[in-house]
Amino acid sequence: MELTGAEILIRCLQEEKVEYVFGYPGGAVLYLYDALFQQDKIRHVLVRHEQAAVHAADGYARSTQKVGVALVTSGPGSTNALTGIATAYCDSVPLVVISGQTPTPTIGQDAFQEVDTVGITRPCTKHNFLVRDVADLACTLKKAFYLAHSGRPGPVLVDIPKDVSAARCEYSYPAHVTMRSYNPVIRGHMGQIKKALQTLLAARRPMIYTGGGVILSDAAPELTKFTRLLGAPITNTLMGLGGYPASDRQYLGMPGMHGTYEANMAMQHCDVLLAIGARFDDRVIGNIEHFASDPRTIIHIDIDPTSISKRVKVDIPVVGNVKDVLGQLIQQLEAGAKPDPAHTAAWWQQVEGWRARKCLDYKLSPDLIKPQFVIQKLWEVTQGDAIVASDVGQHQMWAAQYYRFEQPRRWLNSGGLGTMGVGLPYAMGAQLAHPEAQVACVTGEGSIQMNIQELSTCRQFRLPLKLCLLNNRYLGMVRQWQQMFHGQRYSGSYMDSLPDFVKLAEAYGHVGIRVDRPADVEPALREAFTQHKNELVLLDFQIDRSENVYPMVQGGKGLTEMILSSEDL
Amino acid sequence: MRHVISLLLENESGALSRVSGLFSARGYNIESLTVAPTEDASMSRMTLVTSGSDEIIEQITKQLNKLIDVVKVVDLSEAANIERELLLAKVRATGAAREEMKRMADIFRARILDVTDASYVIEVTGNQAKLDAFLAAIAPEQILETVRSGVCGIGRGDRILKV
Repeated sequence: MELTGAEILIRCLQEEKVEYVFGYPGGAVLYLYDALFQQDKIRHVLVRHEQAAVHAADGYARSTQKVGVALVTSGPGSTNALTGIATAYCDSVPLVVISGQTPTPTIGQDAFQEVDTVGITRPCTKHNFLVRDVADLACTLKKAFYLAHSGRPGPVLVDIPKDVSAARCEYSYPAHVTMRSYNPVIRGHMGQIKKALQTLLAARRPMIYTGGGVILSDAAPELTKFTRLLGAPITNTLMGLGGYPASDRQYLGMPGMHGTYEANMAMQHCDVLLAIGARFDDRVIGNIEHFASDPRTIIHIDIDPTSISKRVKVDIPVVGNVKDVLGQLIQQLEAGAKPDPAHTAAWWQQVEGWRARKCLDYKLSPDLIKPQFVIQKLWEVTQGDAIVASDVGQHQMWAAQYYRFEQPRRWLNSGGLGTMGVGLPYAMGAQLAHPEAQVACVTGEGSIQMNIQELSTCRQFRLPLKLCLLNNRYLGMVRQWQQMFHGQRYSGSYMDSLPDFVKLAEAYGHVGIRVDRPADVEPALREAFTQHKNELVLLDFQIDRSENVYPMVQGGKGLTEMILSSEDL
Repeated sequence: MRHVISLLLENESGALSRVSGLFSARGYNIESLTVAPTEDASMSRMTLVTSGSDEIIEQITKQLNKLIDVVKVVDLSEAANIERELLLAKVRATGAAREEMKRMADIFRARILDVTDASYVIEVTGNQAKLDAFLAAIAPEQILETVRSGVCGIGRGDRILKV
């Protein structure tokens, strides 16, 4: 059957069972939008800025295990999408981004709205394609989806010139695709797995450290089972929250710059460290020489060989998909020798000693709203069962520390790139994917204004998000660093002339509630989640302006050189 | 340490910039890079000369393998290999230097490809050290222009880089 390029694209998306396309039209994608209009299987979500289209597709993908799809036009459409693509790339989120391009005869001639999209997206996509011939379109899209979700996932961009979307050719969608140059390793090498297990069983001070790879490979059940069988303490990174239930005794909280005392101490002082789908990021291990100064055996499971021994020398590498390798480890552990709790009793005693420091305790105030308190109340009111999208800054760290995640894919944030403005579009994508779920967006007055226009999209699609705006009238994380390390010179971190967020929410047709007193925090949240269940509510919490995120490891310092509270300053 | 890395890559537009972009983005050193199609028209073969610690070279080969367009990567320096580079040098060939240049070409087993009243174009092949030695042996003021191909490498004996 002969179809146009635009029709082929739609058919391919249908074949891939795409439910939503997040996009914004323009000249180079007119044929694509025309084909989208003439079908009803795929819903198009019209955002208000292309950056948000990619973030929303990203939020959709993070909260499901599906590939998110965004559609943007050429030139500024693509450059606006770039931040979204880079954000997804840094956190290995599977996306297919379709961009329109000026017609092939005009490419290279500085045509209207022309930009070298494959050139500028090359370093921040897993792979990208420029489709010059409509005959290659279906196969290219098949490859794009395959690359996006297999191996270490990531965004793939397909640039489609306008004449290609108008040209016709015979359509058939390939059932399979194989690429001789791309063969990700899925199962781990048995010899390495046995060696890893022997090392873990012999350990006196074992520690498990897991990252986003556990979430991406849907390995939370296997991780939980294995960790309980082994009996070792475990920490989940910012990207790995929900990989292991936060309420469990073996869980030590998050590690790193704003990690818990017990997690960082255990990371530093263990004798065997099992890293799973994590990458020894600078925000996680602090100063690299300091980290290496305590000898330990490191086992590292990761699907991406380049992540292994990139920053920290690994003793026992296991290349493979985290879910499969954990399955292999469980099988070996169940078949062979069992761990002896007596082996690790002294270690656990030490860990409990660190935990007894209660590093996340903070002082409540009768008249100032503490941001930590808001997050704890959010957890209570949602019974720990919400999908929480976060922006970037202090509020992000408080949400990560105080909203205790029991399950994977409930915590959506930009960990790698640290992109302010992701929160609202992430929440949009998650709410569309889970219409019945409670979706909260924890944000700040700085971040929310970076994609505030999406309140309009939320109105159009009736998305009942609950925005918890922790408003301290500062770019708080910047202010915190300036207070601690730049002589309290608050350069550029104070924002004057903030909008009235309640009126702003109302202007977009939503509900706005301002909360000034600690006693009103819980009632306001309850009102939002019950009375206004089906509406978007923006809760403007006027929080303690001077509150900082603790614990903290200053950039460049060792993991255990922690500032636990303002008294340590 | 200096390493010669050979790779086969899909003959797609942009494949070369993926490799060069990787090196610039990650701050790896490229001493030379050559690329040309192979007997299989769907693939190109590239020879890269780089240097770095063992850890960096390990990362480079892993990062190259990770590129979707890269089919195979071999670090030729891990075993016996042959390196060759081509140099074309346009040199002054007047007066006494004319005979001297001819002699120099013979010593280095080079060939003279072009002759005018005033100059020769000399072709020299060999490893990098030989080409460096040839250039060092000529007085700088005699050299009008040079161009080098960059290193091509191949493993000795049974080591074969093929799909």
